[in-house]
Amino acid sequence: MGTDRNQPLTSICSYPKAGIYTLEVDLFRLKVLDIEHGLDWALLVAYNRGKMESVIDDLREIYSQRHTPTMEHMRFGRDRDIRKGHSMKQKQNAVVLSQKETAADIYDMWIETSLAHDARPGQFLCVYPRDKSTLLPRPISICEADAKKGAVRIVYRIAGAGTREFSGYRAGDAVSILGTLGNGFPVEEGSGKRAFLIGGGIGIPPLLELAKRLDGEKQVILGYRSNELFLQEDLEKHGAVYVATEDGSAGSRGNVMDAIRDNGLEADIIYACGPMPMLRAVKKYAAEHQIKAYISLEERMACGVGVCLGCVAGTKEPDHHSHVHNARICTDGPVFEADAVEI
Amino acid sequence: MNTQVTLAGVKLKNPVMTASGTFGSGMEYSEFIDLNRLGAVVTKGVANVPWPGNPTPRVAEVYGGMLNAIGLQNPGIDVFMERDIPFLKQYDTGIIVNICGKTVEDYVEVVERLGEEPAVSMLEINVSCPNVKEGAIAFGQNAKALYDITNEIKKHAKQPVMMKLSPNVTDIGELARAAEAAGSDALSLINTITGMKIDIHKRRFVLANKTGGMSGPAIKPIAVRMVYQAAKAVKIPIVGMGGIATGEDAIEFLLAGAAAVSVGAMNFVNPYTCIEVIEGIEDYMRKYHVENVADLTGAVE
Repeated sequence: MGTDRNQPLTSICSYPKAGIYTLEVDLFRLKVLDIEHGLDWALLVAYNRGKMESVIDDLREIYSQRHTPTMEHMRFGRDRDIRKGHSMKQKQNAVVLSQKETAADIYDMWIETSLAHDARPGQFLCVYPRDKSTLLPRPISICEADAKKGAVRIVYRIAGAGTREFSGYRAGDAVSILGTLGNGFPVEEGSGKRAFLIGGGIGIPPLLELAKRLDGEKQVILGYRSNELFLQEDLEKHGAVYVATEDGSAGSRGNVMDAIRDNGLEADIIYACGPMPMLRAVKKYAAEHQIKAYISLEERMACGVGVCLGCVAGTKEPDHHSHVHNARICTDGPVFEADAVEI
Repeated sequence: MNTQVTLAGVKLKNPVMTASGTFGSGMEYSEFIDLNRLGAVVTKGVANVPWPGNPTPRVAEVYGGMLNAIGLQNPGIDVFMERDIPFLKQYDTGIIVNICGKTVEDYVEVVERLGEEPAVSMLEINVSCPNVKEGAIAFGQNAKALYDITNEIKKHAKQPVMMKLSPNVTDIGELARAAEAAGSDALSLINTITGMKIDIHKRRFVLANKTGGMSGPAIKPIAVRMVYQAAKAVKIPIVGMGGIATGEDAIEFLLAGAAAVSVGAMNFVNPYTCIEVIEGIEDYMRKYHVENVADLTGAVE
């Protein structure tokens, strides 16, 4: 990020601890940009030094007006947490730390990976089966990311051949992953507010990391088929948990909306992940109560990185990729403002 | 060792390119690989105006491959010229733009716009997408229609033209000859093979479009056969594709008669596939003491 090639590392300078350090830098897959001095250069440097947090919205505006190649490089970090700056997606051979079945067909796996450092709530990993007859990655949401341990937790349901293969992995096995993908939940939006964290079935896992990072009044509403209440205990550490089950065997009989009504709950903001009928109900509820809802969508994916255009969601406004009304769930989402998408 | 190939007068540093629709315009995968290493980037199909594409689900996995029915969602030529071309111009790689349309006029409009841009090295014409009802495939399954549209495009094209052929035909040689006769400078094949998948539990089609184009390693033997047949039928160079995952796969296409190859669905499985294919070709050349990669074209005995 320096002004010339002899000054390439100024972006890591921190004034209070200024000094001379010798660094070994792994240049593998490092993107080297050679940019002439000018407005684009200045914006790029300021952006990557984290100087533009307070003007993120203006930045997007500037970006949308300036389709220069340099500005395209800013796009890569655009939907990420701007304070973390530019970070690259990677495909890795990671290692399984542990795995257990926590409910019928629900598996809970910890994976050792450097991706844990950048992972944010609501983002996902693509997990690749080894069996070459099942080629495509399985997108699985990040349940927890422990940066200290360098590990990511995923909780998934066996839905076919690929996830069945994953369920057989044991500690020490290799697991092929791509990440971290997607935009994630806007955690800062909920700061200091009364929040609903609504999860249905296998949409529950991403709520855990969200609950850990959100600082506000957290009301976690979980919908299950039956009384196999996976992740309930983990979530109780971070908020008040309310349960609904389809068969009435625990909590409210019915769905998450029944649990909200039965318990007389109210919120200023909603985060939700779950099956489409649940998300539609959440969208309707949010519109009726005039509160903001962020919903995480799911769709069949091939690439997971925005290339194939397989996983689109209808949007109210034209999307920035194809300028139609089909945003890519894998890259523009999976989290959308409920009223911005047609579901 | 010389990996350079010349395709219809266009020099490429190696014979490996990206199959249209599996690489966007390179932006997303430039986070994983160095685009400067590619022989060329073949872009996702672009039309004269934005196309919204098909309803979801648009993709499905099948044994050893996948089905897609994206329906050519694309931003149209205006955004493409403003955003995608400048992006690709930063790299030292060939730029081949894939063009789709519903009418001959649609195609010609895009061909003419791209004629203003000298950085575009070649045009690939998609007359073989199985997922769009109007136009497209209709031009690619009938020799007379293919001849006519190729002829019309050639009248307006400033860059060399490469017609992309469909495998969903009875005699690929006949289509290849029609395109050649109309002046196509090169051919690329195969596009996807029309397929279908049914969810037996729900008794419903998996894809909203019911049918989709099959790609992936499972289709490779069909693609190699068709490249061989097309190469026998014409003298113009052929870009072979269909399920290429490794350097060995690419060599198979070259030996069958291809002058260059494209990596398609495997990009989705492994973003580093193109680089691995380039390195795999070099390994093969070292192992068998091949001086020029071009000597491999059609070298099957």
